[in-house]
Amino acid sequence: MNDRPRTLAFYVLAAVFALYVLFLYGPTLTILVLSFQGPQGGLTFPLNGVSTHWFSRLWAGVGVVDIWAAFGRSLRLGLVTMVLSVVFAFFAGLAFRKGFRGSGALFALAVASLIVPSIVVSLGIGLEFRLIDDAIKAAAAATGWSFLQDHGTAMGLYTSALGAHLTWTLPFGLLIMFAVFNRFSPAYEEAARDLGASGAQTLTHVVVPILAPSLVGVALFGFTLSFDELARTSQAIGGRNTLPLELQGLTTTVTTPEIYALGTLTTAVSAAVIGVSLCAVLWLQKRRARLGLVKA
Amino acid sequence: MDVELIRLTKRYGDTIAVDGIDLKVRSGAYCCLLGPSGCGKTTTLRMIGGHEAVTDGDVVIGPRSVGDAAPAERGTAMMFQSYALFPHLNCRDNVAFSLRMRGRPKAERRARALAMLDLVQMGHLAERLPAQLSGGQQQRVALARALVTEPKVLLLDEPLSALDPFLRVRMRVELKRIQKDLGLTFIHVTHSQEEAMALSDLVVVMNAGRIEQAADPRTVFERPATAFVARFIGGHNVIALPDGPVAVRADRMRLGPDAGPDARPARVVAVEYQGTSVHIGLDHAGLDLLAPDMDGPGRPSEGPAALTAILSDRAFAAAPLGLGDVVAVGWDPEAAHRLNA
Repeated sequence: MNDRPRTLAFYVLAAVFALYVLFLYGPTLTILVLSFQGPQGGLTFPLNGVSTHWFSRLWAGVGVVDIWAAFGRSLRLGLVTMVLSVVFAFFAGLAFRKGFRGSGALFALAVASLIVPSIVVSLGIGLEFRLIDDAIKAAAAATGWSFLQDHGTAMGLYTSALGAHLTWTLPFGLLIMFAVFNRFSPAYEEAARDLGASGAQTLTHVVVPILAPSLVGVALFGFTLSFDELARTSQAIGGRNTLPLELQGLTTTVTTPEIYALGTLTTAVSAAVIGVSLCAVLWLQKRRARLGLVKA
Repeated sequence: MDVELIRLTKRYGDTIAVDGIDLKVRSGAYCCLLGPSGCGKTTTLRMIGGHEAVTDGDVVIGPRSVGDAAPAERGTAMMFQSYALFPHLNCRDNVAFSLRMRGRPKAERRARALAMLDLVQMGHLAERLPAQLSGGQQQRVALARALVTEPKVLLLDEPLSALDPFLRVRMRVELKRIQKDLGLTFIHVTHSQEEAMALSDLVVVMNAGRIEQAADPRTVFERPATAFVARFIGGHNVIALPDGPVAVRADRMRLGPDAGPDARPARVVAVEYQGTSVHIGLDHAGLDLLAPDMDGPGRPSEGPAALTAILSDRAFAAAPLGLGDVVAVGWDPEAAHRLNA
């Protein structure tokens, strides 16, 4: 573009940026490389040969912990969190765009959940569920109803843990929807109404299809935030751990690169989910555009 | 169908956007709502279309008062300023949208949409997405989409403002043709007096939520009702005479020896050659002009000069004027049109 020599500022800024990228991706890359450690290798560099030994060990199971069951739980919880985040964030976005009394306060309340330390939120949820359990047990003792007698705890993957994850994903989803609706012209909805669409038809035939890429974005955010959530889950999970919790436990007991193989695998799952979704969106857009041009 | 507005009012809190206007647009007329931005013309259009709640008064379309009816139940269709074509649907599906919402069978939808696209000469691009069309093509599709609902009244919100000047003139011709062919009532919002003049049977000049004048274009130009109309419609000088303000068409101004007995001296401050005519800007000397109280198009003259005289190129060539010249200026007495207030 221009032939002038670059200034010192360019090199300084470029160096800062390079450092930033290194910090951002360095740890992931280190784990990735070390997960291919040779069978005789240890937890640190240097690499002692290259192998997929630790992946096969992982496949066979890590000691007493059922890592694949934890993986399955995290995956399912991530998907449920994702769906709920999209649905709630979408309708909340619609409501906030229309405006209602107390919307400012509600927004502050929702976003405050991002500011409160995660571990505090988690502790709070744990305590809350203990209170619920106590109440149920008291009710069981007082009434003698048989179906209440065996009550253990209300905590679990789809109760307390799901709630904990939603406190994390919903505010993010809401913020994204705010940005999305800011750029969404109300003229589309007016045009739909003008053409005889009902409220529901306007949503399903106009608003959702136009916003689909953004909704996919909210979904991805929801899934990835949930899939690797640790702090908020820690006190709210109940009996069975999610993958990140198992992983944390393993770091204290497992002393082989198996843990790195697991890290690489979970990162790959997140990356795959994002990659597949992005490709799907791009492919859909391309196909639509191509269909338009072929016949023209 | 006739469209009638009765004491139509729109208030937003304490501000009045539309201030109790009365208007009757007869069936099959091309009506332009003309005025500067913020004059209430778009709000009026949106109230007719049912996209804005009426604060007070009523809208009557044909035999029916449509105060609270939904947009699709009024026999109106709206063409939006941004066109608002659905970006995820191709042209055919955009046009067929209203039929789909009404649950018409697929074959009928396709046939009617294609027929309508042919009407606006877009049949060959039916499969394209809106993003793959030029501004003018998008507009044709938007027009087809509005017309497929078989409206009796078509509402157009600044339909030509997004187009380049050349295309604007072409689409103008097209709109008029379609309006005549289909015999529909068109209500068209614009801030361009040129557009209003070219298209309308009825020009409604609005200012600050009120109607200043509603008449055919020739009447509006020949006999502007108020100083505002005279300025907004352009081509007029508004001059305050001792017995009230008058409007004098710029091309009826007389300069030099023709200026007549009441001529006053004025200094030439601008000379603009326009091809068939020459616009002379004159600094008023001894003429009390009403201070222009508005911005935007329709200022008394294009530029700082307070008076404008339009000479034919031949007249100018016969007696050329230069900047700084002092020349006698007057007008034919019968050209002075008296204004209300």
